[in-house]
Amino acid sequence: MSPRTTSTSLDRLLASREIVVAGGPGGVGKTTTAAALAVMASVRANAKVLVITVDPARRLADALGVGGIGNAATRVPREAFVAAGVQPRGSLFAAMLDTKQSWDAFVRRQAPDKATAERILSNPIYQNISGRFAQGHEYIAMERLYEIHAEGEYDLVVVDTPPTREALDFLDAPRRMAEFFASRLLRWLVAPARSRLVSLASRPFYQVADRILGTQFLEDVGEFFLLFQSMYEGFVARARAVGALLRDEGTTFMVVTTLEAVPAHEAARFVAALAERRLHLGLLVANKVLPASLSDPEAAVVADALQARAAETAARLAEALGLGGDVARLTRVLEEIGRSFSNFELVASRQAELLAEMAKAHEVTATVPHLPGEVSGLGDLLEIGRRLFSAPGGRSSRG
Amino acid sequence: MAGLLDRRLLFVTGKGGVGKTTVATALGLLASSRRRVLVCEVEPKGDVAAAFDGEPAGFVPREVARGLSVMEMDTEASLREYLRLYLRVPMVGRIGPVARAFDFVASAAPGVREILTVGKLCYEVREGHFDLVIVDSAASGHVVGQLAAPVGINDLVKVGAVRSQTRWMLDILQDPAQTGVVVVSTPEEMPVNEAIDLASRLGRETGVSLAGLVANRVLPELFSRGEQEIFDELSAEAGAERLADALGDCSVRPVAEVLEAAALAVRIRRSGAEHLERLRSAVEPEVPFLFVPYLFGRSHGARAVRQVADALGEELGA
Ligand SMILES: Nc1ncnc2c1ncn2[C@@H]1O[C@H](COP(=O)(O)OP(=O)(O)OP(=O)(O)O)[C@@H](O)[C@H]1O
Ligand SMILES: Nc1ncnc2c1ncn2[C@@H]1O[C@H](COP(=O)(O)OP(=O)(O)OP(=O)(O)O)[C@@H](O)[C@H]1O
Ligand SMILES: [Mg+2]
Ligand SMILES: [Mg+2]
Repeated sequence: MSPRTTSTSLDRLLASREIVVAGGPGGVGKTTTAAALAVMASVRANAKVLVITVDPARRLADALGVGGIGNAATRVPREAFVAAGVQPRGSLFAAMLDTKQSWDAFVRRQAPDKATAERILSNPIYQNISGRFAQGHEYIAMERLYEIHAEGEYDLVVVDTPPTREALDFLDAPRRMAEFFASRLLRWLVAPARSRLVSLASRPFYQVADRILGTQFLEDVGEFFLLFQSMYEGFVARARAVGALLRDEGTTFMVVTTLEAVPAHEAARFVAALAERRLHLGLLVANKVLPASLSDPEAAVVADALQARAAETAARLAEALGLGGDVARLTRVLEEIGRSFSNFELVASRQAELLAEMAKAHEVTATVPHLPGEVSGLGDLLEIGRRLFSAPGGRSSRG
Repeated sequence: MAGLLDRRLLFVTGKGGVGKTTVATALGLLASSRRRVLVCEVEPKGDVAAAFDGEPAGFVPREVARGLSVMEMDTEASLREYLRLYLRVPMVGRIGPVARAFDFVASAAPGVREILTVGKLCYEVREGHFDLVIVDSAASGHVVGQLAAPVGINDLVKVGAVRSQTRWMLDILQDPAQTGVVVVSTPEEMPVNEAIDLASRLGRETGVSLAGLVANRVLPELFSRGEQEIFDELSAEAGAERLADALGDCSVRPVAEVLEAAALAVRIRRSGAEHLERLRSAVEPEVPFLFVPYLFGRSHGARAVRQVADALGEELGA
């Protein structure tokens, strides 16, 4: 297959964007969809595309060639595309987000000198924090994006976001980071460490904290913040710049969700939050959508008939299939087929309701079918990619 | 080994969205027929309360049904309680700024917030207000941090009241007869990966034992092997036409659609079964492995919890 020449609205959108940030509830397919978008964008446009993925499923990582650890971007070979039946116009690179490595690199860049950087990196509290700092994971993903964008290597960067407790967390991560390091509280906390705890006893906070945590620990925390303080200016400026990049005209968001009550609800809140923050929502994707045929009323009639008249149908069919003796078994098969349809029909109709609900708040730009197996190769990503670039066309609306 | 629900403290965890809240509340409902149970939501989103009567839950346990109470974790309230109980800090009224400062240290210093969470849960167990405390925990990644907090605090904090408090918590947490973790997963790749990862980290990093695995949202097996052969034949070319003929008075297209839907269900189920197989073989065979079927119905809230509780009860042979 060669790339289609007619450009869709998504082609036009991407032509004016440099960054797509994929967000949404946990487990809905953000990583998969981000990869599929990047794959298809590199096929359709003569562009150098990068996808930064977070924690991809094994086979997805393999498909993108990012199985190893580390931050480096690798090119997805052209041959892989050709083998999957397409001739890409552009090129695709993929990278993984390694949180720990990104934080370390960040400290090295921002620290005033090498010695300070090393002291921070070896501080036990830093080592704990870089792994599970509140919002640390979300922030560093954005930070990395900023870095890559500043280098200007790519025409389009698609960035996946880490699973957050709340999809919204990462939107506010830059601001919170800035606030965190700008806060008076931090300075208050750091000040006594400078004067070596002499004045500690006079402060009510320390009176309490000291009894709870012990002096040594407080001192460790103080030292950590003191060290971090040396990066303060750079850090706050940087966090603001990262925030600005998200609001930039060249940045758009892709919100992914499945059509289940809880994720759809979270996605709706996400969409609202984007609007509140004046961030651009370019794609709203409903993933894992069941086939429209499940909503076909004629099929529902067949499913009912199979359950109600299984035995007589089986008797007639057994002859045609040459299954003479196995009518009982065939009966059960037919009943089961009918029942399964009815079950999934119910799920599909709930999906359709949620889709309609979602569309009231914002146009759903694409629906992606539930693939039968695991999303495993470039072929699957291309298939999902095609759906992203074509209009949703009421595939799952009820007939 | 003690039965799953004979323990004192159960942490229910798993990847985001797999059904932690549903399983935690269902286990609570199940156990409440013979024990006094508290279900605590660690990251308060109101989901636990919504699963019962919808009235909001707070830090103070509230009874929602006979033998069943719910609460929501609140680390600041936990800190306040802690200060009052152990340190007799006479500043309850003026705790605001202190708590904020503490909150600040807690968000930076590993383990502090976690210890306040786990500490409160262990406290409820120790005080014996409830026979069983079921924790609707944070998603997998976070729960290890919570369970490891007492150990971590021991390493980082050399003196102080917190350190002296960790010993009795560890005695509760690391006793497999009292405490266990229930990992929930759906039959999908990533949740299963996370469940396997969690199971292996538990012992290594926290000393808390794995009490059980729950495979949630499991699709029914449509066909036995012999039936599958028949179905394959029906799915082959001309199968839909023959079936349409046998049904009489109907066109081929809807029949083909019904067959395709069944084929999709079979394939989704099959790939899910492979993942569950992987999960099963990654943990000790004596760890109970419970199946909860996918609920196709429209039920949610209390009704869904009841259905899941029934399924779990059957699996536990209760
Ligand atoms: N359209 C689809 N059809 C079938 N399976 C899918 C589809 N999209 C995603 N999946 C599968 O769903 C699982 C979750 O997908 P993915 O890892 O992309 O989600 P995520 O939103 O990035 O999750 P997390 O929040 O953990 O990062 C994967 O196993 C993936 O293969
Ligand atoms: N066996 C089941 N069959 C069908 N739907 C289910 C089943 N179990 C749970 N659900 C549904 O899946 C959704 C997620 O469940 P639940 O809220 O329990 O997950 P969770 O792991 O607590 O999520 P979170 O990580 O967001 O706290 C809910 O809408 C719930 O009704
Ligand atoms: Mg992901
Ligand atoms: Mg929950």
